[in-house]
Amino acid sequence: MLGLDKKDFTLLLVVAALVLLAPFILNPFPADSAMAQFNAGYPDLMQRFVIFGIFAIGFNILFGLTGYLSFGHAAFLGVGSYSAVWMFKLLSMNVIPAIILAVIVSGVFALVIGFVSLRRTGIYFSILTLAFAQMSFNLAYSVLTPITNGETGLQITLNDPRILGVSATAEGGIPVTNLFGLEMRGTEVLNIGPWAFQFNNGYYLCGVIMLIAFYISIRIFRSPFGLMLRAIKANKTRLNYTGLNTRPYALAAFVISGMYAGLAGGLLASMDPLAGAERMQWTASGEVVLMTILGGAGTLIGPVVGAGFIKYFENIFSKINESVLHGWFSFLPEGMENGVVWVTEHFVGPGWHLTLGLLFMLVVTFLPGGLVEGGQKLAGLFRRKSKSEAPDGAAQKHPAE
Amino acid sequence: MDAIILQLLNGLDKGSAYALIALGLTLIFGTLGVVNFAHGALFMIGAFCAVTLSKLFNISYETVDPTRKDFLGNPLKIKEPYLEHWFGHDLGATLIDWAVPLAILFSIPIMIAVGFIMERGLIKHFYKRPHADQILVTFGLAIVLQELIKHYYGANPLPTPAPAALTGSFDFGALIGFDPNVVIYPYWRLVYFAFAAVVIGAVFAFLQFTTFGMVVRAGMADRETVGLLGINIDKRFTIMFGIAAAVAGMAGVMYAPINSPNYHMGMDFLVLSFVVVVVGGMGSLPGAVAAGFLLGILESFASMNEIKSLLPGIDQIIIYLVAIIILLTRPRGLMGRKGVMEE
Repeated sequence: MLGLDKKDFTLLLVVAALVLLAPFILNPFPADSAMAQFNAGYPDLMQRFVIFGIFAIGFNILFGLTGYLSFGHAAFLGVGSYSAVWMFKLLSMNVIPAIILAVIVSGVFALVIGFVSLRRTGIYFSILTLAFAQMSFNLAYSVLTPITNGETGLQITLNDPRILGVSATAEGGIPVTNLFGLEMRGTEVLNIGPWAFQFNNGYYLCGVIMLIAFYISIRIFRSPFGLMLRAIKANKTRLNYTGLNTRPYALAAFVISGMYAGLAGGLLASMDPLAGAERMQWTASGEVVLMTILGGAGTLIGPVVGAGFIKYFENIFSKINESVLHGWFSFLPEGMENGVVWVTEHFVGPGWHLTLGLLFMLVVTFLPGGLVEGGQKLAGLFRRKSKSEAPDGAAQKHPAE
Repeated sequence: MDAIILQLLNGLDKGSAYALIALGLTLIFGTLGVVNFAHGALFMIGAFCAVTLSKLFNISYETVDPTRKDFLGNPLKIKEPYLEHWFGHDLGATLIDWAVPLAILFSIPIMIAVGFIMERGLIKHFYKRPHADQILVTFGLAIVLQELIKHYYGANPLPTPAPAALTGSFDFGALIGFDPNVVIYPYWRLVYFAFAAVVIGAVFAFLQFTTFGMVVRAGMADRETVGLLGINIDKRFTIMFGIAAAVAGMAGVMYAPINSPNYHMGMDFLVLSFVVVVVGGMGSLPGAVAAGFLLGILESFASMNEIKSLLPGIDQIIIYLVAIIILLTRPRGLMGRKGVMEE
């Protein structure tokens, strides 16, 4: 179906179902219950899940397949955001031209940076991409202020021309981003009993785009081109000896993943028309590396899992504070309660990054394949218990899964 | 002319910090073959050793002086640091004043211990893994260390002043025949430069003139053969990791008065020092030092107004620009050896 074999098509269907039903799945607790803070079914967070999912899928095409570790991918995300916001300022508040421009501009940007950086491999490549990204970040803060609006960030204002749209709405406010009139921030709330499910237009746009991006990434993984990229990772020297020039392939992968990052940046700007230079900083590049590795580099679904995992815990863990913890552990004797709270509060709230760092170290050390590999190992354990014969034949067919 | 000398001097202290961190990074890379992204965190821990010692020295107790009143009419409470109580007023006050230089002695054992624990506990398991894995796990470690520091010391920069005797400025221009007060330079930065020169010299002398250093250099060149000769090279490399950590820590201690320590200073320096190492050539100690000073000086020249008006924004990107040019024209960096990190 759709040029995919049965297994991949099932995977795509599962992801599609998860994305479309996310407002239900991420909202398992009633709105006024004590567990409601674990709900992730609000538009802002769901949009981030899928947008960073796109970003990580794109990064995975470069890192997972070719093994080139780029430490400057956030630059493309930032460039995408800036170009999208400029489109909102100059043309109209429709998101389609903004997203198209974001993808094109970041693709061109990636072509230039990739052309230079891919002359080197290994850590030299990492440092080159890092250097380019830091240069873009520093320039966006200083000299390019007329384009990027420096530290304030680029915003839409009432004075923008917007040739095909209006500079201001009839009420005199700033117009909102839309898809042919469908407002991105519009949300339908469905109340079933104590549950309140939110269906956001922007989320569904991002979700559909993510599904398309995911489909393209499956096709790339399964294509001869994808095989060539894997060959670069496995043994580049040998490929050179067979008379193949690997650089065009690596460059194509770099540009594709840069365009994915630009798409993510354009979507971020479409959901909230604001672009700041901090999106290009190297910590942001580090974040997408974390997502991809945590989920499982080189696997299809890994980056999406990693992105969702990190964004979920970033938002939910950081909301837990000391009084919430005291509430949880109140069943313990008082001295023990204080002890447990004291230990736990290092890892939640503002200390969430500590948990992330530890988790990341554990994953890199013990599960180089990421959460996906962990899941497979668990599944393998259960399967071995239920069936005596080893059902590894199916897994052998696509070792990258 | 005076402006050029001033910028040269300004570049030296920043270059010293880059050179010290890059030296430690290269030591670790050259001996253990590990790309250590947590090295910036070691620099930061060093700076926080200085903060800790000056806090420890300032622990005080309160006494009530019934003969004097404060502005509300209550008996005046006087804080007196324990150090002044124990060692007498003058010696105690001097000790508190000199907390930062004393912190070097305090930091060396701490940094060596931290280095040992890091190497034996974590990095040991990553020798045979790809460089990407090493980068990633040490990156995770850097996040953990940084968050721990943030948790205990807060997110704000903590000013840690240099001793009062060294806070003034030195009129360098008057010495070489310029008008007074044209080329002035803070004493502490001069101290920093001298300190960096001594540490770098000591590390090189240690590697060059001791038997231990000779074995380590042999191990850097060919680890397997040295091992076959019956020498426990791993133990020596662990010690070198401790020394590299101590170098980074001392660089951090001395940097505390120049820039108030905050929890992300390590990350800020890390990116730049990696650029420095790569420009110098992976695995080359003289290359790391030379590139550190070169980039520090270039950075301070690029921030001159005359150059900025000619090429706007050049001060922000000069280091990265130089790195890109050098990497593209000299693939192994300034002094890199053949066969190091090539595939």
